[in-house]
Amino acid sequence: MKDVATSTIVKVVCRRLVPFVQIFGLYVIMHGHSSPGGGFQGGVILASSFMLLVLSDGLETVQRRFSVAMVTIATSTGVLLYAGVGVLCLLLGANYLDYSVLPSAEPRSLGMLVIEVGVGITVTGALVSIFYDLLSFE
Amino acid sequence: MNIHQSATPILIVIVPLITSFVLPILGLWNRRLVFPVALCALSCSFGLALVLARRVLNTGPVQYFMGGWEPPWGIAFHIDHLAALMLLLLTFVTLLVGIYSKKSIVKEVPDQEVPFYSVYLILASGLTGLVSTADMFNLYVFLEITSLSCYALVSLGGGVAVVSAFRYVILGTVGAAFYLLSVGYLYSVTGSLNMADLARLLPSLYESNAVLVGFAFFVIGISLKMALFPMHAWLPGAYSNAPSAVSALIAGTTTKVAAYVLARVMFFVFEPSFSIDTLPVTTVLSWMAAIAMILGSVMAIAQSDLKRMLAYSSIAQIGYIVLGIGLANGMGFTGGILHLVNHAFMKSCLFLVAGAIVYQTGRRDIRSFRNLSSTMPWTTAAFTICAFGMIGLPPTGGFFSKVYLILGAIDGEHWVLVGVILVSSVLALGYLANVIRYMYLPAAENELDEKVEESPQGESNGEPVPLTMLIPMLILASGVILLGLFNGVVISQFIDPAIPIGLPR
Amino acid sequence: MLDFIIGHFNNATYIMLMMIGFYAMTGKTNLVKKLVGMNIFQWSIILFVVSLSAKRGATIPIVFGSHNPGGPAHLDASNYVNPLPHVLMLTAIVVGVATTGVALALLLRIYKKYGTLDENELLKRARSSG
Repeated sequence: MKDVATSTIVKVVCRRLVPFVQIFGLYVIMHGHSSPGGGFQGGVILASSFMLLVLSDGLETVQRRFSVAMVTIATSTGVLLYAGVGVLCLLLGANYLDYSVLPSAEPRSLGMLVIEVGVGITVTGALVSIFYDLLSFE
Repeated sequence: MNIHQSATPILIVIVPLITSFVLPILGLWNRRLVFPVALCALSCSFGLALVLARRVLNTGPVQYFMGGWEPPWGIAFHIDHLAALMLLLLTFVTLLVGIYSKKSIVKEVPDQEVPFYSVYLILASGLTGLVSTADMFNLYVFLEITSLSCYALVSLGGGVAVVSAFRYVILGTVGAAFYLLSVGYLYSVTGSLNMADLARLLPSLYESNAVLVGFAFFVIGISLKMALFPMHAWLPGAYSNAPSAVSALIAGTTTKVAAYVLARVMFFVFEPSFSIDTLPVTTVLSWMAAIAMILGSVMAIAQSDLKRMLAYSSIAQIGYIVLGIGLANGMGFTGGILHLVNHAFMKSCLFLVAGAIVYQTGRRDIRSFRNLSSTMPWTTAAFTICAFGMIGLPPTGGFFSKVYLILGAIDGEHWVLVGVILVSSVLALGYLANVIRYMYLPAAENELDEKVEESPQGESNGEPVPLTMLIPMLILASGVILLGLFNGVVISQFIDPAIPIGLPR
Repeated sequence: MLDFIIGHFNNATYIMLMMIGFYAMTGKTNLVKKLVGMNIFQWSIILFVVSLSAKRGATIPIVFGSHNPGGPAHLDASNYVNPLPHVLMLTAIVVGVATTGVALALLLRIYKKYGTLDENELLKRARSSG
């Protein structure tokens, strides 16, 4: 599964599908507060887009673009984003994760959006790193 | 609404958590900064726990509402005297084992410092969050954070450690799943997840099937996490095969917080009379604890590997703590909580000693410890002090906690349990005095020495135990004595105000 | 009797699934099958708690017209299914996924070290080598 796929159907379909899957994943993350979805679900869909690319193009090509170091940074960044919003609310004078002190169009919506994006980034990084580990086993 | 409360309770949990996710990025840049930053976060946590404990002692329980939402709509942190005591204990033990782990981890788990310290800090934050929270589902989340970090840390030991870690994963997840089921049942009849709210809503529902079943699942699930007999199968493998610093940490903290959760839900969410009369869980717990005490000690006597012996001894000591909870009177509760604190200190120090012996000589078999006191005087002194505490000799803390347990058993007129406590103390003398005998007496003409060649040995390092490993051991050992001398202070300041209402004194 | 079963069929379902998972954890010797059994065990409990949120004639807990800025004027809570168990179980699902990830990584290392994933064979090799 690590090598470039030999079947033409797999190669063509996976490569064509990956951008759409990624757009859908981002849509699910962004619209988590008003339709089914959210950070975790969108993150899983985004991670599955990378897995599709590995199936068609092989592990090495994908690791050139989304390397193991990048995956580690992604995993940490999402959590730091989430905790950072909480600490920002602390610094602005309210309780931890009290989004009402952040400026937003609807009450508390900016904080919710930022933490969903954070969760999405972390889940993507975590699942892709599990996938890389399972594949690099020999 | 803009509520502003003092942020200390949440900072104790957040500072290690944020640092733990900064560490991988820091590790990609410069690996030598990882240990100082981790130590900084742990000391910060400990300092904040001291500040918080002082505030709780002066002005009473502290509350913190996450997100500004008041309970029962939001998640609340509620730090009362018992939680403050646990916070002090956990941050202190985590900090000391963190200082110890620097040299020990470099030797036992080479090249994996960055993930080790990341997961270590997640464990620290999970432990402190577990004792602070007042929301049942938040407790499940922190319980799983703690457990997942433990699974990962135990598996670093190499060799059979991965198999022990896998067994721990399966059994620990079953325990957590039972806890989740109990939260589901309690939510289905009350509609609330906050502990204070549940304590208000539940008394009228004590006869309903859902509450009874929920409570039963909770006790079984927490007993799995706590390794109470007969659900202790994962503990010997996990404790004896993990790296030394990890054994010390999880022996001193994870089973203790599970016992704390049991006490918290049994006596503060449900009234004590529920556990005594309506569903006689306290009787069952006392008997399981009694069997654990005898069985653990007997199995410990049969072991020749030091860490495995300490693991079986842990099973016995968990029996003491649960016996204190199961006796369900004031004396018993005091004895149980005091033994929780004492045992955390003693068992952590004993595992640190085992790690130091492996570091310097590479030996784990007790029969090869002949005359160890001449080459490692301070280490064997720490072992002796903690062994006296485990047996229950004054003036160590272990003596006072056993006195309170015996008084509690006499109060409840459980004469068999008094006998079990005394017998188990004598058995503890059996396995610990054996080790002390080997460590202090020089080699004699003894045919048993030939058998030592067959047991597995590690490579010997030869260099003496460094100071960063020696000082935490000595601090914990002196803590055992100090807890004994000042046990009155601990009881009057922390435990007496925390004895649950409704418990017969 | 039939009333009781139909009224409580979510309990019956989750207990059946839980017992299937339990049998897989204890009765099978392959470690991967034990892991799958643990998964089924956890998922059955999550299914049960989600089923506690159902209401007769209610719809999914997404507010009508929430895509428009400003939203609807007022809500009637009895039209919507209770969203709290859904949200709690989302967290529980994430925890389950994380546990599965950790267990899979452990299984990889066991296979690399001992060459087998069968429990009896594994204990034999572990005892002889370590």
